[in-house]
Amino acid sequence: MEYSHQIIRVMNLSKNFKGYPAVKKVSFTVDQGEIFAFLGPNGAGKTTVIKMLTTLLTPSSGLIFIGGFNIREEKNAIRRLFGIVFQDSSLDFDLTAYENMQFHAILYGMAKGEWKMKIEELLRLVGLWSRRHSLVKTFSGGMRRRLEVARSFLHQPKILFLDEPTLGLDPQTRKTIWQYLLDLNRNSGVTVFFTTHYLDEAAATAQRVAIIDGGEITALGTPLELQRKTQSGSLEEAYLKLVRKEAGEEGGLGADRLRQERKLWTKKL
Amino acid sequence: MNALYILWLRQIKVYSRQWTRIVGAVGQALFFLLALGFGLGPIYTEARKEDYLQFLVPGIIAMTILFLSVFSGMDVIWDRQFGFLKESLVAPVSRYQIMLGRTLGAATVAVIQGLIILGISYLLGFIVYNPALIPVATFFMFLTALLFTSMGTAVAAVLEDMQGFQLIISLIVIPVFFLSGAIFPLEGIPESLQIVAAVNPLSYGVDSLRGTLINQSFFGLQTDLAVLIILTAFFIYLGGVLFSRMQI
Repeated sequence: MEYSHQIIRVMNLSKNFKGYPAVKKVSFTVDQGEIFAFLGPNGAGKTTVIKMLTTLLTPSSGLIFIGGFNIREEKNAIRRLFGIVFQDSSLDFDLTAYENMQFHAILYGMAKGEWKMKIEELLRLVGLWSRRHSLVKTFSGGMRRRLEVARSFLHQPKILFLDEPTLGLDPQTRKTIWQYLLDLNRNSGVTVFFTTHYLDEAAATAQRVAIIDGGEITALGTPLELQRKTQSGSLEEAYLKLVRKEAGEEGGLGADRLRQERKLWTKKL
Repeated sequence: MNALYILWLRQIKVYSRQWTRIVGAVGQALFFLLALGFGLGPIYTEARKEDYLQFLVPGIIAMTILFLSVFSGMDVIWDRQFGFLKESLVAPVSRYQIMLGRTLGAATVAVIQGLIILGISYLLGFIVYNPALIPVATFFMFLTALLFTSMGTAVAAVLEDMQGFQLIISLIVIPVFFLSGAIFPLEGIPESLQIVAAVNPLSYGVDSLRGTLINQSFFGLQTDLAVLIILTAFFIYLGGVLFSRMQI
């Protein structure tokens, strides 16, 4: 197949929420083994694109092929191919680190002989093996994120989607998380697709960068290409030149409101 | 099958670790039993020459199951944004399986809680008419729990956030409980109320528990069984469809 090295192919992808266009005719490809950053202001459509790529949202129009599979027809084949770290934690806080890993393995239909070894290997890699029997609710933010990275990689996916994987973490933990991700990318050739607001992270890790603003891709290329194009000294400077000045509107299905309500609730409890 | 099992097990494990929830639900039921059972008991006994606690216990067990089931069904609202649910939605498992695994787990939890209330009632002086029928009563508890968990899931699947939650509680849960005959006998009440009770799914759950635990049934156990099976099947189907269409 001609496009076999392109593990993600997106063509004219659009998503409307009740008439409001959150993503407008976006097209791009990601190569196998590539580290690809998706940058843009809040509400630009980053999370919406990731949700569509990971089968959580149905596109209004356009095509998505992942690993050669059409997302409209072969969702489960695609789901086996990727692992994901969400913007909001999707760990089960009332389960131990080990149980979270174990449940993931069984959900993905892994054989016991296979997952026992893999779980140990990954928990050791992210430095949580000694804490494997602790409930996740006793973990710090950094430990939780490390566990999520380990879990997303458990079923040996070909692609990792990471939606702001280092949000709210201290610089040291951010660095550690990226160390794991780069190791995984180097050792297993996993494709990494991530969003972030930390432009230094994107500049340091991504081979190519797409900038999305107002639901449209406004620039795509290597960090150096974008700098050259905008005559900037850094990716951050280039980025600021490439996005509109005013902040975007928040989209999505009430997710932000829900996040706020949850904050109130958990404070009360 | 494995996925179904793990989703079920997850509900059980989480439940067993949230002791505040267990104590809360038991406390609520105990409060109803004491306040109503001992508060209204003398008047009831005066009028009907029967023990009110005997009459009330099946109703309170049904109440516990109703509340727990609807709430755990509605946990989907949080879960799809912040929990394990989102993790399972990207797994190579069908949405119907996920919904069913969750529902079976939540229903099991509700039944365990119902049995705890039954045990506590026994300590308060409740007498089971025929202990051999306790497994049958447990089966009816399970049907009732499945019904309301899938109803809660169906509602949660169409709600975007917690805004509608309070509305659901006051428009569904409270009327369903109070108009089900859980705390008063359906015999001799105004006809309009009787009609309301007859279209209320919980009435059949309450009635089936009364039938099996104290040998008193208004609709008849066959009717209870038929209505509960049909409604449960319908709501599992509806919950499954809405859940699989849910976008997050």
